[in-house]
Amino acid sequence: MIPEQFGYSAPTSLQEAFSLLQELGEDAKILAGGHSLIPMMKLRLATPFHLIDINKIPGLAYIREEGNTLKIGALTREVDLEESTLIHDKYPIFIDASKLIADPQVRNFGTLGGNIAHGDAANDHPAVMIALRAVVEISGAGGSRTVAIDDFFHGFYMTAIEQGEILTEIRISRPQSKFGSAYHKVERKVGDYATAGVAIALGMDDKGICTYAGIGLTNVNATPMRAERSEAALIGTNLNAEAINLAARHASEDCQPSSDLRGDEEYKRHQ
Amino acid sequence: MVAVVTGKDLEKYNLHWMPTLMSDTQMVLPTDTVMYQAQEVAAVIATDRYTARDGKEAVRVEYEPMTPVMDPYKSMEPGAPVLRPDKPGKTDNHIWHWEAGDRAKTEEVFKNADVVVKQHMHIPRIHVASIETCGCVAAYDKIENHLTMYMTTQAPHAIRTVIALVAGHVGLTEEKIRVISPDIGGGFGGKVPVYPGYVIAIAVSFLTGAPVKWIEDRSENLQADSFARDYHITAEMAGTKEGKILATRFKVLADHGYTDASANPSKFPTGLFSIGTGSYNYDTAFMEADAVYTNKPPGGVAYRCSFRVTEAVHAVERMTDLFAKQVGKDPAQLRMENFIKKDEFPWKSPTGGTYDSGDYHAGLEKAMKAIAYDEMRTEQIELRKQGKLMGIGISTFTEIVGAGPSKDFDILGIKMFDSAEIRVHPTGKAIARFGTKSQGQGHETTYAQIIAEELGIPAAHIQVEEGDTDTAPYGLGTYASRSTPTAGAAAAVAARKLRDKARKIAAYLLEVSEEDLEWEPGKFFVKGAPDKAKTIQEIVFAAYTNHPQGMEAGFEATHYYDPPNLTFPSGAYICIVDIDPETCEIKIRRFVAIDDCGNIINPMIVQGQVHGGLTQGLAPAMYEELIYDEAGNILNGTLMDYLVPTAVESPSWETGHTVTPSPHHPIGAKGVGESPTVGAPPAIVNAIVDAVSHLGIKHLEIPVTPYKLFKELKKVGYFK
Repeated sequence: MIPEQFGYSAPTSLQEAFSLLQELGEDAKILAGGHSLIPMMKLRLATPFHLIDINKIPGLAYIREEGNTLKIGALTREVDLEESTLIHDKYPIFIDASKLIADPQVRNFGTLGGNIAHGDAANDHPAVMIALRAVVEISGAGGSRTVAIDDFFHGFYMTAIEQGEILTEIRISRPQSKFGSAYHKVERKVGDYATAGVAIALGMDDKGICTYAGIGLTNVNATPMRAERSEAALIGTNLNAEAINLAARHASEDCQPSSDLRGDEEYKRHQ
Repeated sequence: MVAVVTGKDLEKYNLHWMPTLMSDTQMVLPTDTVMYQAQEVAAVIATDRYTARDGKEAVRVEYEPMTPVMDPYKSMEPGAPVLRPDKPGKTDNHIWHWEAGDRAKTEEVFKNADVVVKQHMHIPRIHVASIETCGCVAAYDKIENHLTMYMTTQAPHAIRTVIALVAGHVGLTEEKIRVISPDIGGGFGGKVPVYPGYVIAIAVSFLTGAPVKWIEDRSENLQADSFARDYHITAEMAGTKEGKILATRFKVLADHGYTDASANPSKFPTGLFSIGTGSYNYDTAFMEADAVYTNKPPGGVAYRCSFRVTEAVHAVERMTDLFAKQVGKDPAQLRMENFIKKDEFPWKSPTGGTYDSGDYHAGLEKAMKAIAYDEMRTEQIELRKQGKLMGIGISTFTEIVGAGPSKDFDILGIKMFDSAEIRVHPTGKAIARFGTKSQGQGHETTYAQIIAEELGIPAAHIQVEEGDTDTAPYGLGTYASRSTPTAGAAAAVAARKLRDKARKIAAYLLEVSEEDLEWEPGKFFVKGAPDKAKTIQEIVFAAYTNHPQGMEAGFEATHYYDPPNLTFPSGAYICIVDIDPETCEIKIRRFVAIDDCGNIINPMIVQGQVHGGLTQGLAPAMYEELIYDEAGNILNGTLMDYLVPTAVESPSWETGHTVTPSPHHPIGAKGVGESPTVGAPPAIVNAIVDAVSHLGIKHLEIPVTPYKLFKELKKVGYFK
């Protein structure tokens, strides 16, 4: 890769990173796994003045459960999600999604935090976060704050992360019911961005009635999107074919896909 | 930064244009008009690649928009902008017309036939996308007036000749040029042509006296290098209602971009497209092709297709299926009934070729057995009842490779022989050099095995060397599955020359007459007295130390092999697909490929060739196409959108073979590298069409993507 010239710092603590962010201002970019940023720099679509590499900051990569809450450090690599027993046993949706992201080389480096913080509706994890109603921890010099995932994505490459802040943790509270989740994506070939993708998390009560539904859609809207009417169509039902068809129809109607080489609007709605 | 070079700079040395291998002309750098998006307009010379890239960004080009001609049919219309006004007297965009067969007789047969099927199809523009892009280091030595070109070429000698044609007038005649092609990272035809970057590197090295490196990045490679295919074909087949094929008629429009930069033999502007009459016994055909200029990158390279055979085979194999459908016959049965029989070879095709040998029935029988054809047809009926979409597709193709007989085949006037030189050292170990150039085909193994077989020297004792024009004998290079048919044959013939010499030396050493000697690989022995023997190593040693008086010392031989005919490999491929009735995703469940490439020298190499070729056949069938919009923009100029299939998309290929030796090749081999690329696309497409034929779909254009299939299924009312 032959990008334009840029400066580079590798802070070893969050505090150091915050001061660098403050000092360098808007032209500095955070480098985590780098698998969105570096391809853009290679094509010179992104020409950051300075990169702040957060990979040397300890304590940002972990997967753990605290009570009923799953906490994932923002610097956790895709490969670590794929290989985690905890994720494998309780949140297989992450594995569904991770293994559809690019290729193993990318997943060895790409991070969960970066996948979300990039603010790209074509990325796969945002839909998963929407389905699981994740809460995102954003940290800055002044401390940390949390943002619900529904308030996180503001527009194309725009998120709730403010100048001077870094996404540090993702939290997921598991509903108190029988719980299952999955991610499915239609792609042109392995590693492609989704033609259309869907993340679904469902909770059931003892009688087999759906009490929790979370549905996130990938790459069929300007921002990662919650399929609200589809969720409503499932809650209170026993997930019969009729309910599922209705949910699918709502999702198809409510998304706003744009036509591209992957297919036109009609085709994407059909998916 | 050292310099920025423009077309005007090159014009001073008359280096702004260069010939293509088809004797057309191509810009090195433009002096006034740019012919396609991504065309080189200037070269930045710097002392490191980072500075060069920054320099490239700093070049500002002011373009005045012109109206591009992107559609080859529109390019043919009267009043279309003339794209090549540089050619004196040129008033349209037509490049050449070609035809084969008997027009009048074909018209007659079509007029009287019970059944005629007709289909328009486009074989889209694709790119070889080899892992390594094209590049070179041009090192001109001012004192010696000598140029060494280290470059990624499949045809080192041919390229040396072209360089001399371009730069001869500045003193770089052929003996002053050494081309070295080291290990190269894939070629597939894309590294046969001459690219502007080579010429610019030479020009700058010539002016500065310093070595100059040029290497493409991935996007440049994909957007500016020679493309392959891009044939628009109107195909027709006539036959009886009982299913006997009587005639075919193909009309082709070839989109060559702004210059014909194919690497075809001179007298064959459309390559060996005439093979398009297929594996079937009928005596009437007519084919014609016209080539036109458009505002796209130059090319028409043979991407693993043996000179336009992919296009021809796709047409005839699709038409055979359409014809079978029309007469209500199973496509396997219809093929069996129409095949040329094995005792009908040599078989003269209605478009001029003479097929050397084949046993098409045996191949298809073997493939049908391997895939359990009848059971699959039964399963298909069951699945259709359940609303599932499953299809079975067949392709029974005949290839044409090994170009070629020098009476007909040349490139820029140089006959398409190929060469081998074997030098056996006093130790009995050998070095063998060839005019071909492996790009991963394993020539080092195959050639060594051929020599080992003929001469009885262990293959491990034979060092194979290619790719250096100063040491290797002149050859036309490696493409079009020609290496084993030509240079492999040259190896066998040269080795036989040495064996003849060995017999003379052995007779001298054993004090018997030559007729009294018998050969078994590795030694000559006296008939009836096997103990009285001389090994090949002893004989070779004697050639240097104790050879008969009057005989030339040493043990080396060279042969330039001029094939008496082409060779005609064949194959029977069967593909099973399952299609998701909701998302239209297409999954290849099984793919059986039975190839017949004559005698097999190394089964593992053949299998490797077939696996790679099948994957590159899957590519245009379902994934790859270079797409341009009306304004001339390439829409998928990166590997993110130009979809090269990977191991994940590839099914588990099931391969096998039948063996029908070529009667005229010294070791009965036919060549195999391109058979799978040629045969796979129609098998896959025939399977996909078969899966949806009951819904009213007769034909699908490649690449058949789920999106395209969805649109077609919507048209026939399958989706509301």
